Formats: sequence, structure tokens, C-alpha cells
Amino acid sequence: MLREKYKAEIDEILSRYPLRRSALLPLLYLAQKEEGYVTEAAMKEIASILKITPPQVYETVTFYTMLNLRPVGKFHIQVCKSLMCALVGSDTLLGWLEVRLGIKPGNTTKDGLFTLSKVECLAACGTGPMMQINDDYYERLTEEKVDRILADLKRDGTSSLKSGPFMWPERTDG
Amino acid sequence: MTMAKPKYELILLKNMLQPGYTGSLADYERAGGYQALRKILGKVAPAEVTAMVTKSGLRGRGGAGFPAGIKWGFLPKDYQGPKYLCCNADESEPGTFKDRQLMERDPHQVLEGIAIACYAIGAETAYIYIRGEFVLGAKILEKAIAEARAAGYLGKNVLGAGVTIDVWVHRGAGAYICGEETALLESLEGKRGLPRVKPPFPATAGLYGKPTVINNVETLANLPHIITRGPEWFASIGSPPKSTGMRIFCVSGHVKRPGNYEVPMGITCRDLIFEHAGGMRSDKPLKAIIPGGASASFFTPEHLDVKLDFESVAQAGSMLGSGGVTVMEEGTSMVWAALRLMEFFHHESCGKCSPCREGSSWLVQTLRRIVNKRGRMQDLETLTDLCQNIAGRTVCAFGDAEVAPILSTLKYWRHEYEELIRTAEANGSSELLMPAAARH
Ligand SMILES: Cc1cc2nc3c(=O)[nH]c(=O)nc-3n(C[C@H](O)[C@H](O)[C@H](O)COP(=O)(O)O)c2cc1C
Ligand code: FES
Repeated sequence: MLREKYKAEIDEILSRYPLRRSALLPLLYLAQKEEGYVTEAAMKEIASILKITPPQVYETVTFYTMLNLRPVGKFHIQVCKSLMCALVGSDTLLGWLEVRLGIKPGNTTKDGLFTLSKVECLAACGTGPMMQINDDYYERLTEEKVDRILADLKRDGTSSLKSGPFMWPERTDG
Repeated sequence: MTMAKPKYELILLKNMLQPGYTGSLADYERAGGYQALRKILGKVAPAEVTAMVTKSGLRGRGGAGFPAGIKWGFLPKDYQGPKYLCCNADESEPGTFKDRQLMERDPHQVLEGIAIACYAIGAETAYIYIRGEFVLGAKILEKAIAEARAAGYLGKNVLGAGVTIDVWVHRGAGAYICGEETALLESLEGKRGLPRVKPPFPATAGLYGKPTVINNVETLANLPHIITRGPEWFASIGSPPKSTGMRIFCVSGHVKRPGNYEVPMGITCRDLIFEHAGGMRSDKPLKAIIPGGASASFFTPEHLDVKLDFESVAQAGSMLGSGGVTVMEEGTSMVWAALRLMEFFHHESCGKCSPCREGSSWLVQTLRRIVNKRGRMQDLETLTDLCQNIAGRTVCAFGDAEVAPILSTLKYWRHEYEELIRTAEANGSSELLMPAAARH
């Protein structure tokens, strides 16, 4: 139950808004962090916390692409396929990933490690081709970089190739 | 790849380009940060601040280009209840990636802008609605807010002036339409992001039905500078009187040095692409430009000397929009480009208005048929007809946005559409109007 585990956090979130329902997205994120996706039980609990109905929660969840109603792999790879990235090779990037992972977009590898998705513009259009993996951006991707990232993730659960605070072009001292 | 020495005095990117600048509160203060807030809080009347912003000529950087001071002036004058400021950090227009840099590299500049706007409009609460994918940006902002609160720049009794300014970060969850201001409000209220019918405008009935101002990140980041250096100074930069100040253009596509460039409004497309962004990436010549994000009509090489200010770009048949400039080289199929953009719009249509919901799907199907060499000549008429039945017939400006790429590519590169269709006809691969089995 979210309420028991995250009481202080939930109270703090609720305190930011004059109307409880505004806390819906933040609470859904909390639920998704907990289980990896938004479960039916979580939706019911959130409805009761916010004093709205479960269908009101469900209709909101289904509107937003970042909320998962089904489990995804440990690493959710989202490749931007919108025009600006496509101009600089996002289809090729997707191809590399399909081969490396042995899956098509929309699927998860058998070991449950990677889910591959195609997504629309992630506001990194000047540093494409790019992908987001869980919370992190990876930009200006090349085949070698992709291999390193996948190996890093498998080995360490994280990769030093992820983007830091964004600036492009970079300044002279890096 | 690093930044060449800028040709102009930068305003918004100035701090972050200093070697060693981290965007911490200490760094920001050392660079003169929060002096604007100190200058006005409890010393200059809110209405006076609004007048300064109006005088500066600052226009919205989010897409529509509405004058900021005038927008603030629409709030009811004698209203006593709560008012809200929403900082639009949804940055969802394809081709745009400047707000991300402003927030992640100099968050206090944005926060000071928010505090100034809150003071001017009398809002005690501001929400930064940031796109869900910007996890790092949200973290950086939250840390900066905590720093600013501890230092007395935000929170209760800001700088001892008896003013409350609470700022919260609110993450979206993946929906382009939530960048549209009324969809943003719905989303912030915990609902599906469906745009509202206007009027009433947010200035009278916005968040929770209360008077609300929505401004883009870059718009707000300009405010401290307008206050510190004066509206006259700001109004003298760029293409006065209608397009004042600097603008961060996000250059993407087939150029040598894509990235964010802050330049005075009114420099030409040519200057931006060839001087700042380093020109074309290979020896293939330039073929097409999108001057203001995915919703803007395409430009051709003929438009290279168009000035990048609100009026000039509009006069040339497109819009300055969000400042996203995408460059395409010879060899890029314009029908394919239009399809890519249309797939985006189809995916992101919120479904509220039927012309957009159904029309975007038909447009994608028709374009895909043409690109896959299964088109037929009537498809061109169908495309035009569909576009004309979407634009102007929807609750929000999304409808006008989604048809711009198609109508403009049809206008300038109709022969590419026709060529694909002629190939289909010659191959006998044109899709029939009805499946063969259904025809008798
Ligand atoms: C479909 C659509 C998407 C939009 N997306 C954004 C966005 O991502 N960021 C933004 O600041 N404005 C966006 N806008 C413009 C906002 O509706 C609004 O005009 C703007 O945030 C106002 O701030 P400004 O006056 O400071 O530009 C969008 C508009 C439409 C119609
Ligand atoms: S088009 Fe890929 S991040 Fe914008």
C-alpha cells in the first residue's frame, strides 16, 4: 500500500495544491516507481486518497504515454523517431537496437531486461539520434556508443554516457 | 564541439557560457542574480512592473508571440482571491530544445523570472509544468527552488517584503498537447489534457477557475534582465518595435553545428544557418527549412534572406513559433518529411475535436500511401481538402499546426508528390478506391 509506505511524501505532495485531484500525476508516478507500472490496486488506492472515482484515475492514466499499465523491462529504451532525429539517423539507431536486442519496438527481451519503444520528440532534436532509457537521455548516438551503453547497463545498471545538464554547443571548458 | 565566440552580447545564455558556471545559487548571485527581484519587491508597484514589461515589447517565446505585459494586464484588477502563474516548461514542439538548456544550466534565472511575474500579477503560487521526460530538469529545478527558499528569494515573506511566492514543479507525463495552455491547466488539475474552449481566457478563468497567467520558460527568463537594465535597453535590441530582444533558436537537421544560438531577433535565416550553425553538414545544398517548430510552414532556399522576427516570418507565410529551426539538405524527400511530422501530430491529437482526431488519421494514411508508392492523383485533392477541413475547425491551434507541413510541402514540392504517384501508376501499384472484391 502506497499510503503506509509513503505517508510523508504523499502528504507533502497534497500540500502543494488547493484541490486534491491535482496530485494525481505525482501520485501515479509514485505508484509507477514502486511497481514499475501502474497497477489496478494502485489506481483504486489513489482514487480513495484523492476522493475521486477509480474510472477518473483510469481515464487520466490512459491519456499519458509515460504511464505504463503493463510491466516493462528493467530498462525501458525509448527512441525518438520524430522528423528532426529521423533526419540524422534515428531509423538506423532503431535498427541497431532491434538487432542487438533481438526484438521489435513494443516488445521486451525474454530476460525482462530491455523494453524497446519508438516515441515522439523528446526535445533533444539538435543532438540526435537520441534515446531515453528510464530517467536518462543518451544523445548523439553512434553504433559504438549504443554498444557501450547496453553493455554498461547490463553490467552496472547505469552508464556514464548518459547526458548531464544540457548545453549544446558545449562551452569551451566542457 | 564547442561554442564559437558569440558575435553579440548574450542575455539568456551569458551566465552559463562562463567557464566554471554551475547554475548554483552562489554562481547566479555572483553574476548579478536576484538583483532585479531586490530592486522591485516592496519598492516598485506591481502595476509598474507590468508597465515596464509592456514597454520592453517582450513577446511570448512559447509559440504564439503574445506581448507578455499586455497578457498580464488582462487579469481582473480588483480581484482579491488567489491567482496563479504557470511556467510552461512542456517544450514539446518538435525542433525545440532551448527551455531544457535554460532550466538545466541556469535554473535561478528562470526562478527569478517566475518570482518577478508572480509579484507583478499578484500570484502567490506558481507551478512549473515541465514535460515528464525532463527528469533531470525537474530535479535541478527542485534543488534550485530549495536553495532560493532558504535564501529568502522564494517562500513566505520574500526578502522581508511581506510577499508570498511559492513555486512547485509539476511533471507532465508524455503528451504534446499539454503544452497548449488550457490543456496544460487541465493536466495540472489532474485530468486528461484536453484543451478548453476559449473564452473564457485563462486570465479570467484559468487554473481552478481562477485568474491565471501562462508564460513560457524563455519568456520568464528574460524578465530579470528587463528589470535590471530597463525596458528601453531591451526594446532597442532585435527588430524593434514589434520583435524586441534576443531569441534562442534551436537549430537541428543537416547543419554542421546544430544547437542553441541566442541572437538578436531579425537576423536572417542565412545568417543563423551559415554563420552560427556552421552551414550545411556536407556538400549537398540546402533544400528546405522549418523556421519555427513542427507547426510552422516550410521555407525554401528562396527564403534564406527572410528576417527571423515575428512579422517577417509571418509575412513570408510561416511563423516564428517556438524558435525551432530545422534544416534539410538536397536529397531529403519532402513527402517523407511531411509524413514524419504528420505521424507525430496523429499520435499526439488529443481526440477532443473530430476534424483533428479523424482527419489526422486520414492524412497519415493518405501520405503513407503516397510515400509507399501506392498513391493515386486524387490523393492530392484529398490531402488539400482534409487540411482545409481541419484548420480553423478545432478548439485549439493544434488543427492549424498539423496541416502547415502538408500544405506548404504541397505548395513548394508538389512535383515530388506527383512523381511518387506517377511511379505508382506506372507500376500499377496505386491503391484502388475500394478493395477489388467490393467492386462490381
Ligand atoms: C498544440 C500546442 C502546443 C504548444 N506547446 C507549447 C510548449 O510546449 N511550450 C510552450 O511554452 N508553449 C506551447 N504552446 C503555446 C501555449 O499555448 C502558450 O501560448 C504559451 O505557453 C504562452 O506563453 P508565452 O506567451 O510566454 O509564449 C503550445 C500551443 C499549442 C497550440
Ligand atoms: S525530434 Fe527527436 S528529440 Fe526532437
